[in-house]
Formats: sequence, structure tokens, C-alpha cells
Amino acid sequence: MADYRQIIRDGIWDNNVIFVQMLALCPLLAVTSTATNGLGMGMATTAVLLSSNIVVSALRDIISQEVRIPVFILLIATIVTLIDLGMNAYMHDLHKVLGLFIPLIVTNCVILARAESFASKQSLPAAALDGLMMGAGFTLALVLLGGVREIIGSGTLFANAALLLGSSFSFLDMRLLDHYRGFLLMILPSGGFLALGFLLAAKSWLDHRQADRAAALARSARVAAINAMDDEDDLAGGDRT
Amino acid sequence: MSDKPELKQKMAYHPLLLGGIALIAGALLVFADAGTRDQIVERQAEDLRASLTQVVQDKEHDNKLLEDTVVLHAPLEFCDYKTGITFYRARLQGKIVAVSYRVIAMGYSGAINIMMSVRRDGTIMGVRVISHAETPGLGDKIEAAKSDWVNHFSGMSLEKESPKQWAVKKDGGSLDQFSGATITPRAVVRAVHKGLLYFKAHRAEILGEATDG
Repeated sequence: MADYRQIIRDGIWDNNVIFVQMLALCPLLAVTSTATNGLGMGMATTAVLLSSNIVVSALRDIISQEVRIPVFILLIATIVTLIDLGMNAYMHDLHKVLGLFIPLIVTNCVILARAESFASKQSLPAAALDGLMMGAGFTLALVLLGGVREIIGSGTLFANAALLLGSSFSFLDMRLLDHYRGFLLMILPSGGFLALGFLLAAKSWLDHRQADRAAALARSARVAAINAMDDEDDLAGGDRT
Repeated sequence: MSDKPELKQKMAYHPLLLGGIALIAGALLVFADAGTRDQIVERQAEDLRASLTQVVQDKEHDNKLLEDTVVLHAPLEFCDYKTGITFYRARLQGKIVAVSYRVIAMGYSGAINIMMSVRRDGTIMGVRVISHAETPGLGDKIEAAKSDWVNHFSGMSLEKESPKQWAVKKDGGSLDQFSGATITPRAVVRAVHKGLLYFKAHRAEILGEATDG
């Protein structure tokens, strides 16, 4: 029986594709010059992860150990091509922005990693949830990084969001800093590495702080327990006298 | 219990499995391709139309640009002449007023797709950069949305500007370069110049007029 809560935690935080596994950094750095691009790439990758996990999990009993890797690659490549064709036909403007990176999802090591290490061994609902949550974690990292780079690099947030989500989401498109001339470095790949480094540091700091708190809590609980025992001893001693 | 190996252990199982999945995947892709092809062609035509209206204003012509084309196969540097160069002819009351075509410049980071239109007399009507991968903030001033630099091409011609003037100012020409980016504008100027020379050399074929008439 899979622990669904653990799958959700793992996907989004504890075993985050970017922040913990540090996989798929190439598409991450390439597309995250704006938060919108990051969101688009994240959604496309999530769709691929979800479908490939479902298909691999459904076929796990007939896929033999010896040919599993070529079969996984074949399945993933097919799904990515289907999504590529669909996006080109129905989300053409976004496809123009992300077009180059969609076929590259095939080589995104996360997809194969989840198929091999999780979906091929787990039940269908667990695999589907894992795909969704890993994708959500990846999307979170892409949007965070894209947002940071976009705000510092060009002073906007979610520029061209309407292109991705339809005109009803154009309110997301914000110009945060007026008359801001932009900080080119953040848009360039080097800025991506810098921003990623700071985000990794921030996550590590958060995790450490949480661990420290938990440790402090445990310590105070232990102290309280010892005090309580001492009190009992005192009482017991008092009784004896 | 038989001593025959289980189905999954048989040698033939693996190729059959792989082949079967490949067959299913292939069939899926054929269906998806057939289902989306028309949509994609239509979207691409829309893109083309959008880029054409940037270099030929609607008021300048009264025909459908995408339907009045001529394809030349003579090579133009950096252009894909295996499929030919397509010239979209703009007509006003039946007379060709301008032709638009795509030229490619090799910029700082890869190809820069440029749409240019030339009037019948050989002066440039408009130049627009369709797509590029130049450095944001430096080389991307070739985009009309970022700077009006490309508009300086309008009205230029081989007659008015000497070959020496078809260059950025740094090289003694008449067009600005950008601070921090010289390679990009230099490539664009060179490509537009070459495109104009090409028009001059093949004018009769492009306009569909007999050379001797």
C-alpha cells in the first residue's frame, strides 16, 4: 500500500526534482527567463510525466526486465511527440516560445527516472499521483526561478501570461518596477545559475531551520520529561520522610 | 507444472513486446499527425501572413499575398534554396507594387530570420526580424518592438546608397550599430543588402515580366 501523503511530500518538497534530485537543470536554465515560460514548460513536463507514469505502470506486468529501457524511451518519445503536435496545433503562440524545448522533454532524465524507479514498481494510482506531484514540484521550481529572474532581470512578472492561459489570465501580467531598465545578467544563462544557487541555499536554510526547531522541541520535551521524573522522585522522597 | 519456460522468459518475447509497442506508438502518431496537420498548416500560414503585413501595409495592396507567389531556385547566400525562395507579390489594381521575401542572416547566436519587402523600383519598403536568438538586451534591438533601428532600412536602395554605405557606421556605413553588439546589426545589414542585390539580379523573373519587353 503506497503512502500517498509521502508521495505528495516527496514530489513537491522532500525529493523535489530540481532542489533535491538536481535533475533536469538544462531545460530549467534554458526556459526560465520569465515565469510564464517556466509555467508553460512545467505544465508540459507534468503532462508528460503523468502520462508516462500511467502508461508505464499499466504495462508494468508485461514489460520484461530485459527490454524495459527501450520500451520506456519509446513510450516517452511517443507521448512527447503527441503533446508537441497538440501544442503546435492548439496552443501555437506558446509553442513558438517553447517549441525548441518540447522535443527535449524526451531526454529529460526525470521522466525516465520516475518510470524506472517508481512507476514500473507501483500501482497505477500511486504512479499517477507521483507523476503529478513530481511535475508539480518541477513546475514550482521553474516558476520560482523564472519569477526571480524576471523580476530582477526585466522588472515584470508573468509577462505574456495571457498567451499561455488565455486572455482571462491577463491580470497576472504585471509590471512591478516602472522605468526599470533591466538587469541583463539575470536573463542570461549565468543569471539562471546564480538564481538557482540562491534558491537552493534558501531551501537548505528552510530545511535546516525546521530540523533545528524539531530538535529543540524534542530537547525541551526531554527536559520536561526529566523534570517530571525528578518531581516524582521528590514526591516519592517526600513520602518516605 | 511444465518445464517449459514462462512466456516472459522466452527469447521471442522481448522483440515481440518491443515491436508491438512500437507498432501501437507508430499508429498513434500517424493518427495524431493526420488530426493536427491541417491545424498546424493553418497556424503557420497565419504566422506568415502576420509577418508579411508587417513589411507590406494593407493599404498598399489589394490582393492576397499568400496566393500570388513566385519561387526562384537560384541560390541566395544562407537561404534554403533547396526548396527555393518564395516571393510574395503585392499588387494594387493588378500591378505589382512590391515583393516580400525572407532572407537569413547569421547572427551572434544562430540564424536571424528576416522578412523584407522591396518596391518595384528597388527601394526597400520595410524590413522586420521574424525570429532570432540574439542576446536579450544587446542584440535584440533589431526587433521592431525594442527599437526603431530596422525602420532605417525603409527607403534605402542600391542606387541611393553606395555599396560602402551598406554597412554599420563602425565599418564606414550609414547604419547604427548597438553599443555592445556589432555582430548582430552587421549580419542583418549584410543579409538585407544581399537580398536587394538578389532582387536586382532576378527582377524580371520575380516580377514576371519578359526581360526583352
